[in-house]
Amino acid sequence: MKISKRVEKVAPSGIRVFFDLVLGMKDVISLGVGEPDFITPWGIREKAIYSLEQGYTSYTSNKGMIELREEISSFLKKRFGLEYDPEEEILITVGSSEAFDLAARTLTNSGDKILVPEPSYVSYFPLFYLAGGSPHYLKTTIDNGFKLTPQQIERACDKNTKVLVINYPANPTGTSYTRKELLEFAKIAKKRNLIVVSDEVYDELTYDFNHTPFATLPGMKQKTVYLNGFSKSYAMTGFRVGYACGPKNIINHMNKIHQYTMLCASIIAQMAAIEALKNGSKSVLQMKKEYQRRREYIVGELNRIGLRVHKPEGAFYVFPSIRNTGYSSMDFALNLIKKKKVAVVPGTAFGPSGEGYIRMAYASSLDNLKEAILRISEFLKR
Amino acid sequence: MDEILEILESDARLSAEEIAKMVRKPVAKVKSLIKQYEKDGVILKYKTIINKELLHEEKNGVRALIEVKVTPQKDVGFDYLAERIYRFPEVASCYLLSGSYDLLLIIEGKDIHTVSSFVAEKLAPMENVRGTVTHFLLKKYKEDHQILKRKERTKRPAISF
Repeated sequence: MKISKRVEKVAPSGIRVFFDLVLGMKDVISLGVGEPDFITPWGIREKAIYSLEQGYTSYTSNKGMIELREEISSFLKKRFGLEYDPEEEILITVGSSEAFDLAARTLTNSGDKILVPEPSYVSYFPLFYLAGGSPHYLKTTIDNGFKLTPQQIERACDKNTKVLVINYPANPTGTSYTRKELLEFAKIAKKRNLIVVSDEVYDELTYDFNHTPFATLPGMKQKTVYLNGFSKSYAMTGFRVGYACGPKNIINHMNKIHQYTMLCASIIAQMAAIEALKNGSKSVLQMKKEYQRRREYIVGELNRIGLRVHKPEGAFYVFPSIRNTGYSSMDFALNLIKKKKVAVVPGTAFGPSGEGYIRMAYASSLDNLKEAILRISEFLKR
Repeated sequence: MDEILEILESDARLSAEEIAKMVRKPVAKVKSLIKQYEKDGVILKYKTIINKELLHEEKNGVRALIEVKVTPQKDVGFDYLAERIYRFPEVASCYLLSGSYDLLLIIEGKDIHTVSSFVAEKLAPMENVRGTVTHFLLKKYKEDHQILKRKERTKRPAISF
């Protein structure tokens, strides 16, 4: 049987084997997770239970419940001064992952060049590739804190370049950008007529400065597809609910794919999301505070045990260099799990230039972090 | 509240060194701040929360909530009488409340008899105590933000993107 050429070409994530190994092991200290270690705040869970009891078990409108879109609209306005029309410019999706896929498929014509930072979240490159585009990696390194530079973006632009993907705070590096830095990107987007797909799911976990949504920059609202969700801020990964905001035209086309594939996000998740926006801000702040302490702790400790690390501006990841250990990323992760039962993700999962790094999530209790650091330092001494 | 206090309130076993790493302050500074808090009585003591509900011991004793109506006194209000009451070692907690009664006490004793004799012999006969209502505690579900069950754990897989 012949499989689609494009699908066949998407690498079956060599990392899968490593994942299976980790998932088969017991008593592992895991710094390998891409989700919060908090359980969804009770108020949100209770609302989901209540919704179920009240018989909210149906489809919703394709774009999502209007009550949720209105809540998102007023939340964004209050929080960032960002205005989106709940009727036409907001689409509720099954996690922001779906929103990203919809954006990729809606924006891409065959041969379009798509600029994707690297290392970056695992789905960006393949989804644009599957959509028929030619994704192009923009490499970043620890030397400049894994930040894209305006020059680098400009240099990569040619007549086929259509989309710039950005993600900040970033998975896997935790890197984020200040408003000043983003303004430089906006200039290029304007000059080169780029659409910016901006994944900002970790926005609430920004520690050193205020988060600036890309769409709030002058002239950028019309050129940005803004992606966000509830998974990270409200510890709601399992609910699978996110959203895309953007120009009416783009959102309407994204909704066409959405209605034929997902139809709508789960109504229970949407009800829970409404509750999160209405009453969840206190929990968000508590979790953020806790992550921030763990960040200080783990960055300090990694430095102490001799792993070079860029202090991340946000999210709950650190991406230390393991170059001086002599291991490749995969070997480091494999040996660490086998010998010391600590799980981390090899940097190469996030693009070839992730070689020489590992991703550690500090969304784990302080006791776990302490124990993990101890075991890693023993591992390094061997 | 100072971040150091917040951290200690959630985990008193953390060392000054560890706290210093979390708040990015020199260890010496953290140590001296904690000393000062101890000296000022802001930090009263460090203790362990034991979930006795899980011990299933007969000797856990009994607890009772007691509503106390009192007559406040000139110049000292409720404070004088409250102090005379809370100094008894049987009194685990003592609060002054608004509403239909004045003091709420939590009393600990080894059995119902001990608690009732405390009420009958010590508390009720006190001058200016106008009446008491005793509620024996049957089961504790949550105390000081702590749910008295084994901790809820995330069911997340050990690795994901």
